[in-house]
Amino acid sequence: MNKKPEDIKVIVATDCGSTTTKAILIQYDEEKGEYRQTHRGEAPTTVEAPFEDVTMGVLNSVQELAELSGRKLVDENNRIIKERGENEGADVYISTSSAGGGLQMMVAGVVRSMTAESAERAALGAGAIVMDVIASNDHRLPHEQIERIRQLRPDMILLSGGIDGGTKKHVVELAELIAAADPKPRLGIGYKLPIIYAGNKDACEEVQNALEETVDLVVVDNLRPVLERENLGPAREKIHDMFMEHVMQQAPGYKKLMGWADSQIMPTPGAVGNIIARVAEMNNLEVVGVDIGGATTDVFSVFNDPGDATPVFNRTVSANLGMSYSISNVLAEAGLANISRWVPFAIDEKILRNQIKNKMIRPTTIPQTLTSLVIEQAIAREALRLAFVQHKSFATVLKGVQQQRTISDAFEQSGTEETIVNLMNLNLLVGSGGVLSHAPRRHQSAMMMLDAFRPEGITILAVDSIFMMPHLGVLAEVHPKAATEVFLKDCLIFLGTAIAPVGQVKAGKPVMKYSIDFPDGKNESGVLKQGDMKLFPLGINQKAQAVFEPIAKVDIGEGRGQTVRREIDGGLVGIILDGRGRPLMTVPDDKNERISQMVGWLENLEVYNSEELRALGRQ
Amino acid sequence: MGHAYTPGLKVTPKILLKKQRILPLKGDVVVKKGDRVSADDVVARTELPGKVKPVNAANILGVLPADLPKHIIVPVGSVMNKGDIYATAKVFFGLFKTNLKSPADDITLETVSNITGKVLLREKPMPVEVKAYVDGTVTEVYPDEGVEVTSWAAMAQGIFGIGGETNGILRMVCESPNEPLTPDKIRDEHKDCILIGGSIVTAAALEKAVEKKARAIIVGGFNDQDLRNFLGYDLGVAITGSEDKGITLVVTEGFGEIPMTQRTFELLKQYEGKRACCHGATQIRAGVIRPEVVLPMAESELEKGEDVKAGALEPGTPIRVIREPYFGRIGRVTELPPEPRPLESETKARVLLLKFNDEDQEVMVPRANVEILET
Repeated sequence: MNKKPEDIKVIVATDCGSTTTKAILIQYDEEKGEYRQTHRGEAPTTVEAPFEDVTMGVLNSVQELAELSGRKLVDENNRIIKERGENEGADVYISTSSAGGGLQMMVAGVVRSMTAESAERAALGAGAIVMDVIASNDHRLPHEQIERIRQLRPDMILLSGGIDGGTKKHVVELAELIAAADPKPRLGIGYKLPIIYAGNKDACEEVQNALEETVDLVVVDNLRPVLERENLGPAREKIHDMFMEHVMQQAPGYKKLMGWADSQIMPTPGAVGNIIARVAEMNNLEVVGVDIGGATTDVFSVFNDPGDATPVFNRTVSANLGMSYSISNVLAEAGLANISRWVPFAIDEKILRNQIKNKMIRPTTIPQTLTSLVIEQAIAREALRLAFVQHKSFATVLKGVQQQRTISDAFEQSGTEETIVNLMNLNLLVGSGGVLSHAPRRHQSAMMMLDAFRPEGITILAVDSIFMMPHLGVLAEVHPKAATEVFLKDCLIFLGTAIAPVGQVKAGKPVMKYSIDFPDGKNESGVLKQGDMKLFPLGINQKAQAVFEPIAKVDIGEGRGQTVRREIDGGLVGIILDGRGRPLMTVPDDKNERISQMVGWLENLEVYNSEELRALGRQ
Repeated sequence: MGHAYTPGLKVTPKILLKKQRILPLKGDVVVKKGDRVSADDVVARTELPGKVKPVNAANILGVLPADLPKHIIVPVGSVMNKGDIYATAKVFFGLFKTNLKSPADDITLETVSNITGKVLLREKPMPVEVKAYVDGTVTEVYPDEGVEVTSWAAMAQGIFGIGGETNGILRMVCESPNEPLTPDKIRDEHKDCILIGGSIVTAAALEKAVEKKARAIIVGGFNDQDLRNFLGYDLGVAITGSEDKGITLVVTEGFGEIPMTQRTFELLKQYEGKRACCHGATQIRAGVIRPEVVLPMAESELEKGEDVKAGALEPGTPIRVIREPYFGRIGRVTELPPEPRPLESETKARVLLLKFNDEDQEVMVPRANVEILET
């Protein structure tokens, strides 16, 4: 694409999901001097039979944009108009894709906690689902590893291992294992599986000898050239290239789509990670983003390295935690007791199990009754919680991109696995996915995020309005300014700010004093006790001046017992004082006590209709 | 755009079924276009490469990896019988020999590595066969990959199932779609049969069907707790079909006790005593796969019935509700308000109004929570 950024005024972006293709129109507002998302269209994805051409769904969704905006975007030959005129065409067209199950990869490395983990990070960062990690020390026998590689049928494999100049034996062994397995690609019966080698450069020749007859081998720079530094960029870029050249070529219609797009078609989660990382960097924020879908839950985070304060991006995919296709797995992994603790009424296990399975087999249904909604949101809390637990254990100090560390640090960290996710430093928590973005009350989204992520100190909560993060992630490659402007103005819906004191206090005892001056001159002050949940409305774009004085053993961000004076941002929900303590106070064993406590919290935060909630609690 | 998705399962007295029968790897197609095939006929076969076993040869022989090739005494690619020596080295000043022998018959010496010092031995290939699955005619041959088998049949799709492809004689074991399938209804003569139940199959009945070697059960509902006990694990995601529990189960309506739709029940009843094919494979994601019962039609039956089509969602359309609070109930659309309306859950959604078959009262449900019944 040769256009200068200042010449780009109209942008069409699509995201081809497994079931729906979503299109957005972004236009430059000359008067206000800013980019805004103006229209949105969607159509069923047409990758599968009987259509088998992804561009049909793309054109349908763009045609809807055209009808809604009154701007002609598709020409008579069924192509997106790429020459901008007075009231037709767009300057740029870009797209992401997760159709057909997205990019599914297997990674291999010598040491599980070192090169294999670096390879896993590179694949996840590129937007892949990592089906398995094979390592020389993964406690599986070679024939078991071979069997596994053969069964998986990934879209591609990333092979790493050894530092440059180090021992070659182990990585060559892995290459021999892969060759022996003779792995076949998931799509297409007649082409060779792409394998990216990003290991010890001295072993290239031997790896090539082992693999070149069986697979389509590409060599890039070592992703762990020395033990104390990762170099994930080349491997990630090659994953994107191979995704375009091989995997997408097998998917019907993508060749045509790639011809239309002004930038590489990115895997959807890779694009979401891209926009989150950029926004965190540009605004100097520590951010957690989550996208809970029907099948998987993706968690993205940017936290500063505790050592050198450089921002570190991490992404994890919890492949079997989701709200429809994988909903049953959430019950299996979390257990009934963990789900029940978020439900303010008694539930029968047999009925609940059948309801969850019925949602799994009919994933497009929506909760009609309050009971169904409450149960779905309870399950969502557990899916999010489990996904975040996985994320925290993956986002550890050593695993940071481009970290400069000494060898002794490296060994020490691999033993301690210290997470860099420090919730006290978290500035912004963004939720995305149907259950969070489309909850009937925004208060429900806020409460789900508080219960699942348990942010500490002062944290801004937001949700993605219409899931346009993927579009903005690709746009950031073409026009970073437009992408970040639209992200903050149109993509995010700010819910407000949560204040969660950290410390263990007996139930009912004071945790902190608060005094909040609202823009209308009103003041709210009082004492927050352990177990309290309080809500003070403060609208979107409004700010309040607050003073929080915690008791001696409680921390709100400045240290134990230290007073915090801060400007607090509002949102559609407002200011939430979460006095449930961190770690979160335990749920009473007694069913009636648990229900009464839960009803109290939900009522205070106006999460559901109070009367109906109480009626359910009495049942 | 933006019309609600109304999933409907196919239940039809007559359809021209085209089944693609494709190998997992390239291989040989053993039938030709125009051939008549029956369900159990093999249409294509291939060989999966055998299992591979790495042997740390240099280590066992006590030689350097780089020297290993000198100690291999058979060419790479050789097929060996049990006990055949493929590598040898003299140890202890040449006084003794260490030999490496083939652990079984039909073992191939696959590779010898002078870097890792390992050799890879491969077992003999495993044959894989693809059967026709339904009685029909081969209408397309995909060279080296498989075929398309075409057949006129009646068909009923299920919503969920477990177990692979099978066939057998259909036997009605419940008298009505509302009747649960209990153990007392399963008898010795049901061996190798496909049993049609009513509203639910109990765990005990399913176990008894396995014991009596019935091939499949087609039923309205099933309890998830029983599914977990039967499988021995909690089914996390809906990808099924490879379970090896001695029986195939096709659930037509959902989880819980739900009467089989009258039309499905009646259709299956018409084919009692005849051979049917079914599978339990279910995949609910992109590329949806639903379990099914296929009832091949004889030449003489081709006159009867016509394929049914799902109509559009409009007043009068027969529908079934597929979520609480009216789960499983059948009625007809009375009105389709265009604007989204708030539900009890406060969710705003596009809805429809309907009357249930046995009532006058009109109720509102989200359009996403109904499926169209084909007529």
